[in-house]
Amino acid sequence: MSTALHAFPTLASLQAALAQGKLSATELAQDCLRQIQAQQGLNAFVHVDADLSLAQARASDASRAAGISGPLSGIPIAHKDVFVTQGWRSTAGSKMLKNYVSPFDATVVNRLLTAGCVSLGKLNCDEFAMGSGNEHSVFGPAHNPWDLTCVPGGSSGGSAAAVAARLIFASTGTDTGGSVRQPAALCGVSGIKPTYGVVSRYGMIAYGSSLDQAGVMAPAAADLVALLDTISGFDVRDATSAEHCLGVPNAPGRIQSDYNKASAHFDSQALLPLNGLRIGVPSEYFGEGLSSDVGAAIETALSQFEQLGAQRVPISLPRTRLSIPAYYVIAPAEASSNLSRYDGVRYGHRSESYTDLADMTGRSRSEGFGAEVQRRIMVGTYVLSHGYYDAYYLQAQRLRRMIAEDFQAAFTQQCDVIMGPVTPTVAKAIGDNQDDPTADWLADIYTLSLNLAGLPGMSVPCGFGTSAAGKALPIGLQIIGDYFDEGRLLAIAHQYQLATDWHLRCAGQA
Amino acid sequence: MAYEIVIGLETHTQLSTQTKIFSGSSTRYGAQPNTQANEVDMALPGTLPVMNRVAVEHAIRLGLAVGATIAPRSIFARKNYFYPDLPKNYQISQYEIPVVLGGSITFFVGDKETTINLTRAHLEEDAGKSLHDNYIGPHGELSTGIDLNRTGTPLLEIVSEPEMRSAAEAVAYAKTLHSLVMWLGICDGNMQEGSFRVDVNVSVRPMGQKEFGTRCEVKNVNSFRFIERAINYEVRRQIELIEDGGKVVQETRLYDADLDETRSMRSKEDANDYRYFPDPDLPPLVIGQDWIDHVQAEMRKEGGLPEELRKNLVEVYGIAPIDAAQLISSRAMATYFLAVVEALESDPADLANVAALRPGRAKLAANWLMGEVSATLNREEKDLAQCPVAAPLLAALLKRILDNTISNKIARDVFAAMWAGEEKGQPDAIIAAKGLTQINDSGAIEAMIDAVLAANATIVAEYRAGKQKGFNSLVGQIMKAAKGKANPQQVNDLLKAKLDQA
Repeated sequence: MSTALHAFPTLASLQAALAQGKLSATELAQDCLRQIQAQQGLNAFVHVDADLSLAQARASDASRAAGISGPLSGIPIAHKDVFVTQGWRSTAGSKMLKNYVSPFDATVVNRLLTAGCVSLGKLNCDEFAMGSGNEHSVFGPAHNPWDLTCVPGGSSGGSAAAVAARLIFASTGTDTGGSVRQPAALCGVSGIKPTYGVVSRYGMIAYGSSLDQAGVMAPAAADLVALLDTISGFDVRDATSAEHCLGVPNAPGRIQSDYNKASAHFDSQALLPLNGLRIGVPSEYFGEGLSSDVGAAIETALSQFEQLGAQRVPISLPRTRLSIPAYYVIAPAEASSNLSRYDGVRYGHRSESYTDLADMTGRSRSEGFGAEVQRRIMVGTYVLSHGYYDAYYLQAQRLRRMIAEDFQAAFTQQCDVIMGPVTPTVAKAIGDNQDDPTADWLADIYTLSLNLAGLPGMSVPCGFGTSAAGKALPIGLQIIGDYFDEGRLLAIAHQYQLATDWHLRCAGQA
Repeated sequence: MAYEIVIGLETHTQLSTQTKIFSGSSTRYGAQPNTQANEVDMALPGTLPVMNRVAVEHAIRLGLAVGATIAPRSIFARKNYFYPDLPKNYQISQYEIPVVLGGSITFFVGDKETTINLTRAHLEEDAGKSLHDNYIGPHGELSTGIDLNRTGTPLLEIVSEPEMRSAAEAVAYAKTLHSLVMWLGICDGNMQEGSFRVDVNVSVRPMGQKEFGTRCEVKNVNSFRFIERAINYEVRRQIELIEDGGKVVQETRLYDADLDETRSMRSKEDANDYRYFPDPDLPPLVIGQDWIDHVQAEMRKEGGLPEELRKNLVEVYGIAPIDAAQLISSRAMATYFLAVVEALESDPADLANVAALRPGRAKLAANWLMGEVSATLNREEKDLAQCPVAAPLLAALLKRILDNTISNKIARDVFAAMWAGEEKGQPDAIIAAKGLTQINDSGAIEAMIDAVLAANATIVAEYRAGKQKGFNSLVGQIMKAAKGKANPQQVNDLLKAKLDQA
């Protein structure tokens, strides 16, 4: 199973191969299409259209021939099916939108296309991004390339599985409560969710608007820099996108520049590149529920960071556990309202038979939404209802502010970054927890609080555990930064990846 | 038992912006269905609202005009309910913290000056339209059509305190608000097209009772006449209900203009739980003092606020308060009035006397504008913008009254000729051409008086015997002899003197 993406495993090597004419964007896209076809069993893709992809690839080759190319020209990517796209269907993994085609591209999609990326199609995900295992998709579950009986994580499960299996070089994802970091961790790829507001949400099918943020996945942190830099930037069509990041205009170039600056600093410190870096390690991330294999891998990674010169600082994020109820009030509340537009009136699924308008809307929604989505709509509707709003929604917002304050206290007084696990365990088997839907909710404990606080975070591969079937399953290290610190986070992760090779392991070759 | 009527109004004013409140599509009225709804208006997946700053400035304008507080930070909320012409199935509105807080509106009911306080004014988006009546769907079936052109049209909902005590007060309030929003340029005021929609909250209580009665909200009251009728109907209904031993139920009622009645739409029991919460797609609306100052400066450039002008008309121009209220009923009226007075004051010769002469001139201009000019416009179904007699020409005519060249009565004939475009509308040319110059020569007038007195010996004798009602008949005959051109004041004075002589 040696493919172009195995032969050129980094963005730099792939870009050089394209620049030197060792392969064309078209050949690369054809290679990816073959791999996607060959590994259909992963169920990572939900819509592939070879003609559309090859047209983009040929356009990329033509641009290069005309002397126009950038760092992402010809790079094969694919989009989580939560980003709307012209051409490919945009379904959010839901029966509700199974045949929906958008008349416009999401800002993220458009920026990557303009940068020369070639899209191979749309990736499987949990319905409307609600889930942690990609099991709640109308297209069926996506599979973990390391062990096909296991989930790839979610909700951006297809995004992680496709990169881990090297079907594509990189992918987009969305992260509302960990949906980029968690599948990246469970599939052994690198993924980053930036600060809320860095990337436009325009064209991202909304789940929890105040929490949703786009992110990217690729084999290594260094590969993520150009991708994240390209999709970042203020967008007039998203009123919540940031115009400035700590005084610097939010525009492509900022993250790359921050990354370069931090990297230059680290490189200047020779054998102890991370000398002076204070890593906060929250005790709450190592308590009950953390499996021993994940705990051990994180411990090893932290030691590695110390060897690179970083200093370990024990910290406390006392409200970590409360992030679960806070999140599972706020996200469903917003979702219950965001998803009310799917009523069968203008587009999307409409029931075959109904008696009147209300019945049409009711039946269309009952038929079009899966169980997990309905569960969250019910919860969200409940917590916003008259008489419950103060007790649930307002209380959750108060908790949210306190959680953000805890992080700020740590960043201003104790540490530069925070590290810990992404997940309590390695990937579970597909179908586990089916009778107990909230068990999956509890496993989001390490990722939710970042979304509540709006902070950037990433996951980098840091070891392996073992699946129930005895196969090796990846473990991810979470690196959390202060607001708008994406460039430095990526540079720190890169230093770690210069010293380790977890990110180079491919599924099937571990 | 005597009842007191309690009325509060909620007015939805469509703001006259080029584009919608949260999207870039056009707000033009009357286009083919669904041609002015873009992906945001249709609530396609992935779309987001972005605040239209012009709509905010319109709200600031209203706030400044009514002396309200402009909230430095107001919040957009989602009002959740399912309806097919509301594509997101939630309306973006302002709930807990609106953009405009308080303020008041002053107007006259008859000759009684009345001030009504405002509770608030908030920004929100309009819904689309459901076409229920005999709408035939694409497959020939009886169906409900949806037109989303109106979706997202900016609305400013202006809510009054329940301080009105009669239908007449409510109508006067609505009319004043209507002219104010048009004056401010924030609403075209077109009630047929739904640009200015009034919901009326009505309750009654026994005279002297402190607590309010149970109120009903009457919707779909889309003309001033209907406001009055709907209130009268509703008051009658509520009083009859109470007197028959029943209770008023809090509900929303619809006014049917054809049947002149209100009927129940929905009661409080089946009211929606709107599940309001702050819209996470829109950051708080922050309005700094600099923004307010900028809007205020623009309003000054356009001639200021009606309320300021009203005070000015009373204090500086000496206009009676009730007339001042009428002169500021539209920007066109006020502008025209000020232009006439300015032209009357343009003679450099009497610069020293401008202040002393101003009240007289202003009163004459006001009387003409509210009298002859308005009457003619009404008769011809024109508005002031279409008036063929421009302000400087009316001033030229009034000058001839002031300098006694013609009488007020003759001036009306000249005005009619000006309206008809005779002599290019120039009053002096018309006066000359028609020989209308007033006779102010007392010798000539006396001669005419003597002739009339000689021919009416009986009346003269009766007058001198104390039966003075023949006086007017004599004046009439003298004016007739003078073809109306004799200075009426002089005719009066001289005739009286001659009769009283003997």
